[in-house]
Amino acid sequence: MANLLNIFIQPFSYAFMVRGLAASVIVGVVCAVVGVYVVLRGMAFFGDALAHAVLPGVALGYLISGGSRETLFWWALGAAVLVALAVGRVSKHAEIREDTAIGIIFASMFALGIALISTVRSYTVDLSHFLFGDVLGVSSRDLVLTAVFGALILLAIFFFYKEFLVLSFDPVLSATLRLPSSLLNNLLFVLMALTVSVAMQTVGVALMVAMLVTPAATASLLTHRLWQGMLVSACIGAISAVTGLYMSYYFNIVSGSAIVLTATFIFAMVFLFHPRRGLVWKRK
Amino acid sequence: MTATSINPLHPHVPHDPDAPILEVQKLSVRYDGHFALENITFHLHAGERVAVVGPNGAGKSTLFKVVSGVLPPSSGEVKISGFGPRGHICIAYVPQRSQVDWRFPASVADVVMMGRIGQIGFFRWPRRKDWDIVHTALEAVDMNTLADRQIGELSGGQQQRTFLARALAQEAQLVLMDEPLNGLDAPSQEAILSLLEKLQHEKITVMVATHDLGQAATHFDRVMLLNQRIIRFGPPHEVLTSENLLHAYSGHAQLIQSVDGLTTLADSCCDGEDENG
Repeated sequence: MANLLNIFIQPFSYAFMVRGLAASVIVGVVCAVVGVYVVLRGMAFFGDALAHAVLPGVALGYLISGGSRETLFWWALGAAVLVALAVGRVSKHAEIREDTAIGIIFASMFALGIALISTVRSYTVDLSHFLFGDVLGVSSRDLVLTAVFGALILLAIFFFYKEFLVLSFDPVLSATLRLPSSLLNNLLFVLMALTVSVAMQTVGVALMVAMLVTPAATASLLTHRLWQGMLVSACIGAISAVTGLYMSYYFNIVSGSAIVLTATFIFAMVFLFHPRRGLVWKRK
Repeated sequence: MTATSINPLHPHVPHDPDAPILEVQKLSVRYDGHFALENITFHLHAGERVAVVGPNGAGKSTLFKVVSGVLPPSSGEVKISGFGPRGHICIAYVPQRSQVDWRFPASVADVVMMGRIGQIGFFRWPRRKDWDIVHTALEAVDMNTLADRQIGELSGGQQQRTFLARALAQEAQLVLMDEPLNGLDAPSQEAILSLLEKLQHEKITVMVATHDLGQAATHFDRVMLLNQRIIRFGPPHEVLTSENLLHAYSGHAQLIQSVDGLTTLADSCCDGEDENG
């Protein structure tokens, strides 16, 4: 019994593991809650683009600060907000389809980011941290930033719950109720951008979209109300973060991958064995 | 408009009780150089039931979008109770069923409550009074027992009534409905039509886009025959003549003389995607 308990407790005798766990749980929850809107509004591609477009901002900060990672969060934040608002504007012009516009911005920003980072000779280690996250390198300062911005995002989602609900379900109602629709839309984009910057260190750029989409998609199979979906999604995000971190510790897997694979496993289980709509039951 | 329906964002939106509820002056909408609507002028009085008919692409949806304030007109103006549309939250738009995401995670009561959020205002939550209004609205459309259902589990008629309840909860003075009877069975259509009568008793003005000329003739006070311009607008028997219909629908439809002398019309197409331009 003591042994079993030890398996759970032992990893956290290290301070960096405790910080890593705290950061992962916060990121898991925030991504999962914001992800509900990403899934509802069919913005998975947008989320992916946003995550990748952060890279040049981070790279620029990395070059300017001479390889220090202290200020990278702010560079990521700036880049993400800029891209989110740019995509919001571009998508209003009908000459280019929105997904095409996103595809162009997304790939070119990513390429620019890698190009910038590759000018530094020993770039591979840092690049892999940007791409796949470095949860064990979370400093106390990083953790505070993660917590503060995570809380801000969740508060905004809470306070604008009914407005975002209307905006996502029925933009025409939003217009007839004279809500400031484009302001609210931009606010939602900015919240997604903040989420991406907060999550960058933990899950990295490449796997970000999975954290946004997978728990939320799982929750959408299990619930019929928006707020229920958010709660369930947040739980799945948190469970994935904790489980993933244990797997990372014991099986020596990169933590971002482990977290994403856990979330995917939960999704697959729900998709297959859902009481009424599971794929397994449909086959019979 | 009652004191309860003041928009907290624009608390001083005036209503002139003597002005028509809706007044449209020389309204034109242009897309890429061609007119979707051209020089539209009309007004509606409180409590009127008006059917808007015309072929696909006639501009019915465009007209509704401009009136509800979703789409700015290229020229001309829209007045609600004597004043510009800014700040008015007393117009409700009931979308075509095909344009609603029925898998959205919301219950019937959630959707009806959405109509209240203009009155509730930012940073506030629905109060007791708002829930009472939602339940009264649901009762009015006979949907109270289904309040907790997910909207995708409803029948077509129930979905349509949910959106009518939302318009009631919004305390709308003018309700715009885009093809509300499309794809509904006869009893559901009857239920909706009798609800529209009920709205009339409460002085709520209703504007309905429809393909069904028979219903336009029997259930509405006035009919607007639209094809980019207003061909005719008046009592059904004056508007729905073979001559006017031929003019409006030229080439789009077959005319069939029915036994009672009324001209009915089989449109070449009528469901789902309506005109967008």
